[in-house]
Amino acid sequence: MKIIVLMKQTFDTEEKVVVEGGRIKEDGVQFIINPYDEYAVEEAIRIKEAGEAEVVVLSYGPPRVEEALRKALAMGADRAILVEAEAPPVDEAFVADVLARVVEKEAPDLLLAGYFSVDNGGGQVALRVAERLGLNHIGAVLKLSVDGRKVRAERDAEGDVEIVEAELPLLVTAQQGLNDPRYPSLPGIMKAKKKPLERISPADLGVERAEKTTVVDRFAPPKREAGKILGGTAEEAARELVRLLREEAKVV
Amino acid sequence: MAGKALVVAEVKGGALRQVALEAITAGRRFEPSEVIAVLLGAGGLDEPAAALGRRGADRIVIVEHESLGAYTPDAYLQALLQVVEREAPEVIVFGHTAIGRDVAPRLAARLGAGMVSDAVDVRSEGGEVRIVRPIYAGKAFEVRTFTDRPAVLSIRPNNLPLPDEAAGRTAPVERLAVDLKDLRSIVREVVKKTAQGVDLAEARVVVAGGRGTKGEEGFRLLRELADVLGGAVGASRGACDAGYADYALQIGQTGKVVTPDLYIAAGISGAIQHLAGMSGSKVIVAINKDPEAPIFQVADYGIVGDLFEVVPILIEEFKKVKVS
Repeated sequence: MKIIVLMKQTFDTEEKVVVEGGRIKEDGVQFIINPYDEYAVEEAIRIKEAGEAEVVVLSYGPPRVEEALRKALAMGADRAILVEAEAPPVDEAFVADVLARVVEKEAPDLLLAGYFSVDNGGGQVALRVAERLGLNHIGAVLKLSVDGRKVRAERDAEGDVEIVEAELPLLVTAQQGLNDPRYPSLPGIMKAKKKPLERISPADLGVERAEKTTVVDRFAPPKREAGKILGGTAEEAARELVRLLREEAKVV
Repeated sequence: MAGKALVVAEVKGGALRQVALEAITAGRRFEPSEVIAVLLGAGGLDEPAAALGRRGADRIVIVEHESLGAYTPDAYLQALLQVVEREAPEVIVFGHTAIGRDVAPRLAARLGAGMVSDAVDVRSEGGEVRIVRPIYAGKAFEVRTFTDRPAVLSIRPNNLPLPDEAAGRTAPVERLAVDLKDLRSIVREVVKKTAQGVDLAEARVVVAGGRGTKGEEGFRLLRELADVLGGAVGASRGACDAGYADYALQIGQTGKVVTPDLYIAAGISGAIQHLAGMSGSKVIVAINKDPEAPIFQVADYGIVGDLFEVVPILIEEFKKVKVS
């Protein structure tokens, strides 16, 4: 079985985001594998360990993304493909177009990806790739079992859990709770340095830049000011809070 | 713009979801020739259709099919494609809900369309429609435009205003028969885990707990407060990691982003990744024993104290208010 994991490198979730002149500043930022993609990588490796599979990790992004791919290789993926971009690409239709060409050539039995990325957060790319390739999908998966060609998944539907059955080939997107990703071992890190990492450019794939949406501005959210601390006993403070929420904020 | 706007309206528990009405507002901002709302399901769509008519949809299309009872991407996508083929809309608006998130990108890909996900505002400026959406879970925002039509967008609940309700207003309702075939997923079972059906992303009031809740006992108190206020319960990553609450309740950059009218954070210190998930709330209340907790920096009202002491009093006080 061949498994491809679509992954992305994102800012660490503890990082502050600084906008300058309509751009997000990357200086000094700590990068990680998008946490949802990391669940997908982990799941792919578990499937491989339970049976037999080749795990390929695939990303489209700037050269810094190599670090994230190497980490996935250190966790246990077999090889990596990086489609290189000068800057982080944004328009989901375009990104999916690029990735779909690679996925199509690789023809995986199972395509795995995170439910969404913690930076752009659109949650579109993997689903668009599946649609382009005519693959069925199960989204926001909390539990996955693959038995031959049969797949059974528990998926999160706004807190409720749906039990869904389908067959390979299939895209599965990983929701938080799917697994607990491992830390790469030292031998894993050593091996990862020698595992194949193929670099290709969108031009090699014959993709012309054709964005369907354009980012015209980025801005920081309005700063919230610290408000009132309500003093007195717990009882006084609680009563005052109820009064303020009704009379001043008018939200209850 | 002269083309049509199509709103994919969702029904949950038999009732129209509020985000469907907000989607009408979003569709209107494109200045379409008409706003058509489509309802998909296995039945029981007449009352939601009437509600859409009262709230400003110009026409409603009901698509009923036994395979549309439980959501699957194949069935929904095929049904929507048949509606799109008939109406040829220039704009298609979804709620950024479990279903909207799952099917809208596939529809956009099939139509070769651009899509903007999780929009919090839609503005018409100088003849161009600009979509505002959070990035980094709300640590920043971006403004996008579409280069092409059709345009697909999904909107975040609780951010766009509702269209005015006109009591006597009605809109024509049509039924479309659809042909659904080769459905590749089967939903075997739906395990209900959410209490009361108040969805976290859509709730007007969210009561969230952190490590300070010390466990399930603390969350029972928060659940009681949420029930009195008709709200939903959320949790910080710390509380989820500690096993006090289910990951489905997690609010933050990993987890859900919420923008309720009222957010009550109890026993949550306010790590940066949590703040990203709730700073867009209209009014924030923090209850924490530690006066130095970062959550107080974003809170409109703060109480420095023990949640086990404060929350029971709040429950009683809100009950009194509800009665009076």
